[in-house]
Amino acid sequence: MPMNEEFKPKIVAFCCNWCSYAGADLAGSSRLAYPADVKIIRVPCSCRVNPMFILRAFEKGADGVIICGCHPGDCHYSTGNYYARRRMAMLFSMLEYIGIENGRTRVEWVSAAEGVKFSTTMNDFVAKIKSLGENVRLGDIRCKN
Amino acid sequence: MQRIGVFVCHCGSNIAATVDVKKVVEIVKNEPGVVHAEDYQYMCSEAGQALIAKAIAEKNLTGIVVCSCSPRMHEATFRKAAERAGLNPYMVEIANIREHCSWIHKNIEEATEKAVILARAAIAKVNLNAPLKAGESRVTKRALVIGGGIAGIQTALDIADAGYEVDIVEKTPSIGGRMSQLDKTFPTLDCSACILTPKMVEAAAHEKITIYTYSEVEKVSGFVGDFTVDIRKKARSVDMDKCTGCGVCQEKCPSKKTPSEFNRGLGNRSAIYTPFAQAIPNVPVIDRDACLKFKTGKCGVCAKVCQAGAIDYEQKDEIVTEKYGAIVVATGFDTIKLDNYDEYAYNQSKDVITSLELERVMNAAGPTKGHLERLSDGKHPKEIVFIQCVGSRCSDDRGKPYCSKICCMYTAKHAMLIRDKYPDVNVTVFYIDVRTPGKNFDEFYRRAVEDYGVNYIKGQVGKVAPQPDGSLLVQGVDLLDNKQILKKADMVVLATAIEPDPSVRKIATMLTASIDTNNFLTESHAKLRPVESPTAGVFLSGVCQGPKDIPETVAQAGAAAVKAIGLLAKDKLLTNPCTAKPDELLCNGCSACANVCPYGAITYEVKLINDHGIREERRVAQVNNALCQGCGACTVTCPSGAMDLQGFSNRQIIAEVDAICR
Ligand SMILES: Cc1cc2nc3c(=O)[nH]c(=O)nc-3n(C[C@H](O)[C@H](O)[C@H](O)COP(=O)(O)OP(=O)(O)OC[C@H]3O[C@@H](n4cnc5c(N)ncnc54)[C@H](O)[C@@H]3O)c2cc1C
Ligand code: SF4
Ligand code: SF4
Ligand code: FES
Repeated sequence: MPMNEEFKPKIVAFCCNWCSYAGADLAGSSRLAYPADVKIIRVPCSCRVNPMFILRAFEKGADGVIICGCHPGDCHYSTGNYYARRRMAMLFSMLEYIGIENGRTRVEWVSAAEGVKFSTTMNDFVAKIKSLGENVRLGDIRCKN
Repeated sequence: MQRIGVFVCHCGSNIAATVDVKKVVEIVKNEPGVVHAEDYQYMCSEAGQALIAKAIAEKNLTGIVVCSCSPRMHEATFRKAAERAGLNPYMVEIANIREHCSWIHKNIEEATEKAVILARAAIAKVNLNAPLKAGESRVTKRALVIGGGIAGIQTALDIADAGYEVDIVEKTPSIGGRMSQLDKTFPTLDCSACILTPKMVEAAAHEKITIYTYSEVEKVSGFVGDFTVDIRKKARSVDMDKCTGCGVCQEKCPSKKTPSEFNRGLGNRSAIYTPFAQAIPNVPVIDRDACLKFKTGKCGVCAKVCQAGAIDYEQKDEIVTEKYGAIVVATGFDTIKLDNYDEYAYNQSKDVITSLELERVMNAAGPTKGHLERLSDGKHPKEIVFIQCVGSRCSDDRGKPYCSKICCMYTAKHAMLIRDKYPDVNVTVFYIDVRTPGKNFDEFYRRAVEDYGVNYIKGQVGKVAPQPDGSLLVQGVDLLDNKQILKKADMVVLATAIEPDPSVRKIATMLTASIDTNNFLTESHAKLRPVESPTAGVFLSGVCQGPKDIPETVAQAGAAAVKAIGLLAKDKLLTNPCTAKPDELLCNGCSACANVCPYGAITYEVKLINDHGIREERRVAQVNNALCQGCGACTVTCPSGAMDLQGFSNRQIIAEVDAICR
């Protein structure tokens, strides 16, 4: 990437359908801006996020991955976010071990009523990724040009 | 290979102002699988849906992507449109380019680029979609209403009048809720009990309504149309069938020092009690923490005096398990605790009271028999100061950020009632704003000012200081005259913020219904689905959803009933076909998936499997589609990668990831 061009990170956000996706919708209808670098993938529950999806994202050149779900105790399926939390804690420490800094991965609880939280979380996450710069680990070099 | 049509919506200017829709159409035309792409002003309109149908027919489409508003808004609309045109409804995917794109970005180039990427992800997904067929489940024709305030009573009556069985679960010994504690009600000043009691009686007498008081919901399982609920009937220690409601036990009970919840702690009640005279049912309960028989083993007076032999010290809690098709939450509210508001001296002086306490003071059946008097010395007050917005509209976390909505009106009511009955009492109200939107509401407030001479001062109170002579010094500001005010008062009444009943968190968790940051239950859509929770089959009635007065509560209670009736009137419901599906060749029968499934949807069967020519009996997972809710927990847990989720398969999600990171 040429140094004079502004770094545009690729960020994948997995949002559960019941809380966080709706929170993102609320951020939208409330016109609470966050950078266009964030692209959301809708999943039924945070527990649907397979570690494989996150590895794949980094492999394909993502600079950050965030998983958003309902607050503890509020998961639409009661316990899904507890599974997600445990799995991600394990995955993230493993990712850090192979050089993907902890700042590039995040789990955040955002309810359907928290449009503001969704927007501030994304602004904050993008800023963090920008400060970390481009992700060079795990990436298949052919994916970035 | 699919034949995909992409339909890009302008949404008037909502999308088109920030996303170059023509450019999106041009770019996605070249995506793999896409054979058709077009844009239109309003895709959700009849004309827009007709465009989709036409393209499906003419171009033989096997899948479609609509780039539009959130799928939470119109996924169902476009699925139905596709189905009418002969396409399987699950061959439709939505790219959310409004809420997640045009509405949050300003730069047209950036927004257009993002819209293209979101469209690509949806196209990549549809390429892997497979037709799905929704199953059917039956509907239990019985409704549960949690909370027996005016909201719950009204909802239950409406559902029962439509011919369906309804159970009300109320945690206190009587139905009635807060309204039973009120004296008179704005904007007409009719007496609360006079309009509430007939409704309570009607509910109790209704052949389709069963009321469980002194009871709580303990466990909820199942889903829309088929919930199973455990209700704990707490031991009343009085046999409901035998008790005649004579009240002798309450009179003779020697333990009379428990603060009365109904009177907000102003005045006491006995250990065996009904909360108020018109309680329904009119059967007392024994508060075992206060009862001498339970505490010391001695006493037993009530059993001796009860002619009907209704007292039963051995009674135990009972669990009733019942099935319901619909659940309505009507758990109401309480006023906030004032521990964070020391400046008002609520905990220091008996003469500083909340508005709800004033309702009890003004009530003929209340602790002062309806006489306005200071609770410290019983003297008749000459100066009363009301302070509005105590804990409401608060910018820090001491109080609540929202407007409690009812306080302006009930304060005007209190001021007017006091001036009417005691013209010698001066009434001053400190307010930030007076908010009276509502039919006949502003007229009501103006009467308080113009006809009753209530002194309204715009400004906040900084401190209420109890004086040695027993009076209260109120220090405030008058913002309109821009001056400090010191006022000596005999009583101060705090219009205290309301908050959802604290038990609502537990209820929301059991029902997997969402609540907002203030613990009010969230509606499915703020404007279009205001009485439905995002959880199918769960409806919202009354203040549990947001602050409301009685007329609004009753209107919403009726609306919630209509939604519940609409559900109960159906014989069958279509189930979500996005369920888990094991690949029997890969499954090793390890049980990991069954262990994480919250619905017990996974069982195991020994089956003859043909694994590339090797035929052998293997234990493999089976998913019960009627039970699976499609969370996906099992798919990630499965160590063999055998379990996948239809509609959100591993390959589909990876295709989306790839499209985004491309
Ligand atoms: C001081 C004051 C004065 C007011 N004056 C007026 C007035 O003049 N005019 C007017 O229109 N409105 C007035 N209101 C507003 C009125 O009280 C409410 O609009 C009304 O009570 C709301 O009814 P509800 O059924 O939603 O809630 P509630 O009345 O709070 O009823 C909720 C019921 O649910 C029960 N419950 C709670 N949690 C559970 C649980 N987990 N399980 C089982 N049961 C549960 C509670 O015990 C209660 O019986 C006033 C309010 C206050 C505070
Ligand atoms: S046993 Fe005695 S103390 Fe207990 S409720 Fe009966 S009368 Fe009251
Ligand atoms: S998707 Fe969820 S509900 Fe369905 S079988 Fe798997 S764990 Fe159970
Ligand atoms: S549904 Fe939101 S985390 Fe499970």
